Amino acid sequence: MAVIAVEKRKKPSVWTGEIVKRALIDSLVKLDPRTLYKNPIILIVELGALLTTVLYVRDLANGKSFELGRFELQIALWLWFTVLFANFAEAIAEGRGKAQADTLRKTRTETLARRVKSDGTIEEIPGGQLRKGDICVVESGQLMPGDGDVIQGVAYVNEAAITGESAPVLKEPGTDIRSSVTGGTTVVSDHLRIRITANPGETFLDRMIALVEGAARQKTPNEIALNILLAGMTFIFLIVTVTLQPFANYSGQLISIVILVALLVCLIPTTIGGLLSAIGIAGMDRLVQRNVLAMSGRAVEAAGDIDTLLLDKTGTITFGNRLAAEFIPVNGAGMPRLVAAAVRASLLDETPEGKSVLDLARVQGFTSIVDSTNLGDAQFTPFAAETRMSGVHINGLGTFKGAVDAVLAASGGNAPDGLTEQSERISGEGGTPLAVMEGRDVLGLIYLKDTIKPGIRERFAEMRRMGIRTVMITGDNPLTAATIAREAGVDDYLAQAKPEDKMRLIREEQALGRLVAMTGDGTNDAPALAQADVGVAMNTGTQAAKEAGNMVDLDSDPTKLIEIVGIGKQLLMTRGALTTFSIANDVAKYFAILPAAFAVTYPQLDALNVMKLASPESAILSAIIFNALIIIALVPLALRGIAYRPIGAGPLLARNALIYGLGGIIVPFVGIKFIDIIVNGIRLA
Amino acid sequence: MTPQDIGYLAFYVIVLVALAKPLGLYMTAVYEGRRTWLHPVMGPVERGIYRVSGIRADSEQDWKRYTLAILAFSLAGLGLLYAILRLQGYLPLNPEGLEGLKPSLAFNTSVSFITNTNWQAYGGETTLSYFSQMVGLTFQNFVSAAAGMAVLVALIRGLARHSANTVGNFWVDLTRSVLYILLPLSLVVAVFLISQGVIQNFSSYKEVTTLEGTKQLFALGPAASQIAIKQLGTNGGGFFNVNSAHPFENPTAWSNLVEMLAILLIPAGLVYMYGKMVGSTRHGWVVLGVMTAFLIVGAVVSNVAEQSGNPSVEDLGITSSAGSGQPGGNMEGKETRFGIGQSTLWATTTTLASNGSVNSMHDSYTPIGGLVPLANIQTSEIIFGGVGSGMYGMALYILLAVFVAGLMVGRTPEYLGKKIEAREIKAAMVALLSFSLVLLGFAAIGSVNAFGTDTLNNGGPHGFSEILYAFSSGAGNNGSAFAGLGANTTFYNLGIGICMLVGRFLFIVPVMVIAGTMVQKKRVAPGPGTFPTDGLLFGGLLAGVIVVVGLLTFFPALSLGPIVEHLAMRDGTLF
Repeated sequence: MAVIAVEKRKKPSVWTGEIVKRALIDSLVKLDPRTLYKNPIILIVELGALLTTVLYVRDLANGKSFELGRFELQIALWLWFTVLFANFAEAIAEGRGKAQADTLRKTRTETLARRVKSDGTIEEIPGGQLRKGDICVVESGQLMPGDGDVIQGVAYVNEAAITGESAPVLKEPGTDIRSSVTGGTTVVSDHLRIRITANPGETFLDRMIALVEGAARQKTPNEIALNILLAGMTFIFLIVTVTLQPFANYSGQLISIVILVALLVCLIPTTIGGLLSAIGIAGMDRLVQRNVLAMSGRAVEAAGDIDTLLLDKTGTITFGNRLAAEFIPVNGAGMPRLVAAAVRASLLDETPEGKSVLDLARVQGFTSIVDSTNLGDAQFTPFAAETRMSGVHINGLGTFKGAVDAVLAASGGNAPDGLTEQSERISGEGGTPLAVMEGRDVLGLIYLKDTIKPGIRERFAEMRRMGIRTVMITGDNPLTAATIAREAGVDDYLAQAKPEDKMRLIREEQALGRLVAMTGDGTNDAPALAQADVGVAMNTGTQAAKEAGNMVDLDSDPTKLIEIVGIGKQLLMTRGALTTFSIANDVAKYFAILPAAFAVTYPQLDALNVMKLASPESAILSAIIFNALIIIALVPLALRGIAYRPIGAGPLLARNALIYGLGGIIVPFVGIKFIDIIVNGIRLA
Repeated sequence: MTPQDIGYLAFYVIVLVALAKPLGLYMTAVYEGRRTWLHPVMGPVERGIYRVSGIRADSEQDWKRYTLAILAFSLAGLGLLYAILRLQGYLPLNPEGLEGLKPSLAFNTSVSFITNTNWQAYGGETTLSYFSQMVGLTFQNFVSAAAGMAVLVALIRGLARHSANTVGNFWVDLTRSVLYILLPLSLVVAVFLISQGVIQNFSSYKEVTTLEGTKQLFALGPAASQIAIKQLGTNGGGFFNVNSAHPFENPTAWSNLVEMLAILLIPAGLVYMYGKMVGSTRHGWVVLGVMTAFLIVGAVVSNVAEQSGNPSVEDLGITSSAGSGQPGGNMEGKETRFGIGQSTLWATTTTLASNGSVNSMHDSYTPIGGLVPLANIQTSEIIFGGVGSGMYGMALYILLAVFVAGLMVGRTPEYLGKKIEAREIKAAMVALLSFSLVLLGFAAIGSVNAFGTDTLNNGGPHGFSEILYAFSSGAGNNGSAFAGLGANTTFYNLGIGICMLVGRFLFIVPVMVIAGTMVQKKRVAPGPGTFPTDGLLFGGLLAGVIVVVGLLTFFPALSLGPIVEHLAMRDGTLF
């Protein structure tokens, strides 16, 4: 029985020997025109390479000396390199995913299932033979044979194989979220009886393998539109190049086919053509590295377009527990006495509220009280629905904290001065007041607050600059919701929300043409997850939720939506920037090739040779070499994606237009000149 | 540039931009069906037309029916005009007894006028009767211009409306364009031109004894009315063969100024209207700003090139600098009454707009002076451009600019709150692609075949420029002639005819497809994350895309024509 290494999954670099080696081999395999036809731009380069190679061989056969044919040979070689570089870009982008898929696949094949037969006996069958509805038993140390629901038993399960998180999680039946288990994870304590919920080939692991491997990758809407633009431009350049021959003929001399092919390859957008699919694959891969599985590239792209983000308050914006934020003494009790009583009432309290009281005492400088309190033979009374209080009896003296009315009733007295006002104030601000009682004296209040996660406010400000509206969803009453919304800095909120309200909100936003993203984990989130343009299901969530969403976050971190949006934007930006760069590059190439092509007919055109390239041959060769090398040079950028800064569309555009537009015009002038110096230095031309 | 020329250019630009807004507002009212001050006069006429022709003004068409209506209307116009030209000899108002046109010329001419090109392979006064000019050509001058405006209005509705289906009613837009915009403006301009001495009569040609005692035959006719619409409707087809260089067409400095303003007046107004109707006046101003920048650069470059003249002339000991006694520079092919300033400005405006009327001979310009009009046309007539067609062509470039640059802000590109998707990009690429295909394709055929080169007046790169210019003028629906090329041959008549058809309808259909897809889309209000289309940055990007697309497509051809000719001229080699 295989046991999966319990370790946080590493984020492997793509530049490891194994992945690079595989990518190099793949670049050769991808030369097959049957694969390459999907990328018409690079296919044209390959045809050009083939044509120049044939011409070179023909010339050699006709007795042309090696010395004279040297130029043709070099052009042909560099054209082949251009194709190989483009193939390599795609292969390396796929590399990491393929390596991960291999690891996951091992998990799948080695699993044995212990199926419970109808007569109650257990048989061992390969995991691949399980069908929906089968019942299995999984013991401690065994692999989960498939996706399923726990129907019996309580156990800890290590999900590192899927999530990379080594801390085991508790699984038990009947709870919406904790009852779902995933094939490939390991039971590390006790045993579970599960009902299989997915047929082989449809399991989460299968989907995950297909996704990280990129087998299910389809072109996204923007990619399709961009491809049309690039194909159109390629066709225009084909017209330009083909008509140049008659124009040259009119002018007195034909241009050699090799030069025409070189010109065509330089003009068509090979840079973006070679990198386009790598950018898309790398975008998906970046998500996988952050433990998010996107079910389609379309979802990643949609993430960049999100206008409205629906966020559950609990767990996303706040910690989900109400934490002590303030001690308010009343009736002249004095702060030290109140704190001491509150600490005593909370020392044995394991709830987050109880712990937060101690934390607050420390923060407010009463550390000594917390550390010196001696409980002796204290008897702890935990919180109960009837009493609505918790606390201790030490030597007959009871110290309690609890709901204000419950504490007042227990004290038997009237509310001390200020208590009612203060507790109303706290409720008004959306908080919860806890009264503290020592004996029969009510000493004051603890202000329990729904505490906003640190840094969340800044992230929302960031979203606002990105142009994204954040809406908080909560079951709280409007007053509480408003307070938290204001503190967290969300743009809007939906209070007392029921699951169907979420759905309605999404529909309303979408009717206005907005794209909506949300996270969810429960079965009742499923319809909304399906309706949202980007629905991120938590991995801890139910099967229904995971199937409804178009992304699954293996870390089950709802704030990750914000990163997902960033990755989506980065993907689109990288495409746009490299397209701009690619097209802007052409200007310099004209200045290199045109004077060279017409050097004999119109020597005057040497005035256009602004780079002062040494000879016509070296000019054309340098342009072709630049054109090939720039693909390789940009592979890291394509894989990494260009930096996204939430500075608003205007400044962002100005920045990128300057770098990739203007830069795209200037860089090749410098690059081609530099290559020309080298080409002449080592006498290639 | 002389100080006078700088002042003249500045004055021209200021007047033009100042007129754009009021005219744009008026046209907005017309197309939105609001009441204007002309309604008391034109309202009954409009309703009469609808009643007679059975048009239901309140029923709108979707993009397909709208497009079919345009195509059917254009085809019918083509057939009618072809018939008039072929049967000219049998028709009235033909005092000179001119005969019908041969088939290829009749095809070329009728295509030329229904496409709002007004390429003239014929000489007006020696080929066409008054009937052909007025009923055939002038009618098309109005309706082809109006059809272009209708397409623009349909596109605007496609962009401005959302989650809708219809883009307006072609017949209504067509009628309103003629009745409320083209006719009244033409009337004003025609009356002004008559006041300046432009002729308007139905006389037969007059033989006059000149001061030198020789006899000269003066061609006459109803010129003023046709000139007004040829300028306003970016038609450009002159009443006389030499167009607005003819004293009967353009007698005074004032007539010259008004005719020149009339070239860009409606296109500029339409840009303002576009911004207004799509809901972003600022966007309209930015686009108009980009166009104006191209206008100024073009006018300055061609002016400087002409003023610098030809070094070979200087080598002969002739000063070509401007002085008190002489204009200096290259005056060949220019009217002395207009000089270099008003000639080069006209050349720039007429080629930026797809007008094509001339007041000087572009063929005689210096290479760079001739490059400006050629390059202007090769931007596919979107900078001001033809009435309607200029702005809708520009919209395609805007879509491309927004698409490429828009990706760089990390969102699916949006224009005016609507996503740009594969279908719009496909449509825009079809237009750009077919434009360069026919232009470069026919120029390639023409440059390597005897039927193309036989009728050239010049050899070398200048001859090549002549061929290139002819097909550019056709594909761009400009209609101006570089001249120096005998274009009335079967090859040129058919080739340029096809260029004109492609340049017109393979823009109209894609634009209507875009109108049809955009009208159905939802519209999202712009936020801080959306691509801004109303600032300087966008203006710069748009200009960049226009330059780069034009440069990349035509730089090789241009470098074998005017550019090499210019470089050779510096060395003293002329063609």
